[in-house]
Amino acid sequence: MAKTSYNRAIQTVYTMWLREMIRFSRSRSRIIGALATPLFFLIILGAGFSSSFQVKGGGSFDKSFLAPGLIGMSVLFASLMGGVSIIWDREFGFLKEILIAPVSRFFVSLGKAMGGVTTAMIQGILIMIIAWIIGVRYQSIWGIFLAIVMMFISGIGFIGLGISIASKIESHEGFQMVMSFLTMPLVLLSGAFFPISNLPSWLKTLVYLNPLTYGVEALRWCLLGNSTIPISICITVLLAFSIAMTALGGKLFGKMRV
Amino acid sequence: MFLNRGESLIYPKIIDPIIMQYAIETTSITKNFDEITAVNRISITVKPGELFGLLGPNGAGKTTLINMLSTMIEPSGGSALVWGHDVVNGSDDVRQNIGVVFQDTTLDDRLTGRENLDLHGRLYGLDGKMRKERIKEVLSLVELTERADAIVKTYSGGMMRRLEIARGLMHHPKVLFLDEPTLGLDPQTRIHIWDYIKLLNKEEGVTILLTTHYMEEADQLCDRIAIIDHGEIVALDTPQALKNMLGGDVITLGFEKSDNIEKLCSSYQKEGCANTVSNNQNEILITVQNGEREIPHILALASGAGISITTVSLRKPTLDDVFIHFTGRAIRDKEVTISEKVSYTKIARRK
Ligand SMILES: Nc1ncnc2c1ncn2[C@@H]1O[C@H](COP(=O)(O)OP(=O)(O)OP(=O)(O)O)[C@@H](O)[C@H]1O
Ligand SMILES: [Mg+2]
Repeated sequence: MAKTSYNRAIQTVYTMWLREMIRFSRSRSRIIGALATPLFFLIILGAGFSSSFQVKGGGSFDKSFLAPGLIGMSVLFASLMGGVSIIWDREFGFLKEILIAPVSRFFVSLGKAMGGVTTAMIQGILIMIIAWIIGVRYQSIWGIFLAIVMMFISGIGFIGLGISIASKIESHEGFQMVMSFLTMPLVLLSGAFFPISNLPSWLKTLVYLNPLTYGVEALRWCLLGNSTIPISICITVLLAFSIAMTALGGKLFGKMRV
Repeated sequence: MFLNRGESLIYPKIIDPIIMQYAIETTSITKNFDEITAVNRISITVKPGELFGLLGPNGAGKTTLINMLSTMIEPSGGSALVWGHDVVNGSDDVRQNIGVVFQDTTLDDRLTGRENLDLHGRLYGLDGKMRKERIKEVLSLVELTERADAIVKTYSGGMMRRLEIARGLMHHPKVLFLDEPTLGLDPQTRIHIWDYIKLLNKEEGVTILLTTHYMEEADQLCDRIAIIDHGEIVALDTPQALKNMLGGDVITLGFEKSDNIEKLCSSYQKEGCANTVSNNQNEILITVQNGEREIPHILALASGAGISITTVSLRKPTLDDVFIHFTGRAIRDKEVTISEKVSYTKIARRK
């Protein structure tokens, strides 16, 4: 019994992952679009800010400082999109095909999350590579490996958030609204574009309530070797966030009706 | 072979069709939406191997009934068994045993036909070898082998429908639900799909419940038909029996002059060669069992009375007649006005 249902669960997760991968591989324009924005930021913002601008705690505020922020931002975009894409599945009917199958909804949403986080990690890694090409230097191979793990953990969290939202939104009109009302504040109120060491207290509160802040800080620690928030706190918060969001997403998706 | 105790739970209970009396059995199943009762205490039974049709106009509750039977939505009241499993408490077992082709397309149009089938096979736990085999089989059944590796977006409506039917069959369902399988298709494709449906039913023994609002489709395909209107079953029988309920064939007599027609009508009724008679200017409409046998009698009576008949026509009642009889309107969801009824009979006569 246990073995069969275990196999079925793996099979379900793999099937959903496979579908996301096939779709991702067919949407070249989406990949290019997803890379273009952070790339512009990196080049223009990175060049615009002078490298003499010193950040309290050591690092300099230049393209190296921006790279982890942009990786975090693209992981956020890709993950939220991956989760919220359930709205499209509903709109185009495929959701019914999934919901009618004799499989656990929880593993369906987990598979969807795995697919989404894979695309998010691919995009994050591509930006990491591009940044390296234009001169950003990372501290170590281990740091790069750890950074990928951080992309995974935070990606899972944001996908869970996306799935939760998608399960509650009635129509795809709500989708645009959510994307702009959610992504912009999340990005702006994280440490992606500014150092968080010296903020007014109201801003500091908001920044510290934002899960993306911990993702970006963790990436900064992994790739550059320094961060304002200690890495142990970052990892704890990210893990808690992604576990909570996976549970919530799985639960709401389980109740979702077409 | 040694089986440990848990293992009997792994596989869905295999139910012997000989022991199992009904493939589908509903008991007063009901669905209320906010203000509407979409399905109102419907009790039907469908035998294993049967091809059962739900015929009804837009908004009759066909899709809602299918959604409940296929575990997509929960009933507000009553219950239903599909292949022996309760649709609420045994929904996983129901799902394993059914295939569903929904009214609106549920394909992933960014994937190829083959990929759609493959994902479906995976979701239903078919192993790699079985998937490959089955994909080949169902593709050739619906004649899509050549286009299997094209992206679904490039398919025509009829191809998509065929792919969906193929997908619904991938996992050898015991019961197949087809919600308007030929809606919006051209007549040629429609007949094609009818052939598949018949083939599946006759050769693979799949129990099929289909909904339609095409009379001809219901008539051609179904062993039995339930006419559903405003969420209720208003008639249920074989297509032939339903048509017979109307009192037999429709005979139309045409006359040169309308003199003495009244008298003739009453004599037809007296002689028992008409169940119902109505006259309309220079015409008499008669419904009677075995119309072919009654025609000589009818003509003899007329010539005996010295009335000359110019035309005689006989037609079998159609399901349209049945539908109008039971619901008081044509299937197009309009009230049938007197004039429409008349023009309707005229059109039917010209055929
Ligand atoms: N989710 C829903 N919420 C509210 N009302 C609904 C819902 N689904 C269906 N209905 C209503 O229930 C009734 C039956 O709808 P249903 O879709 O079952 O009809 P149908 O027989 O399939 O019609 P059609 O031939 O147009 O497909 C309609 O009045 C419809 O408006
Ligand atoms: Mg319908």
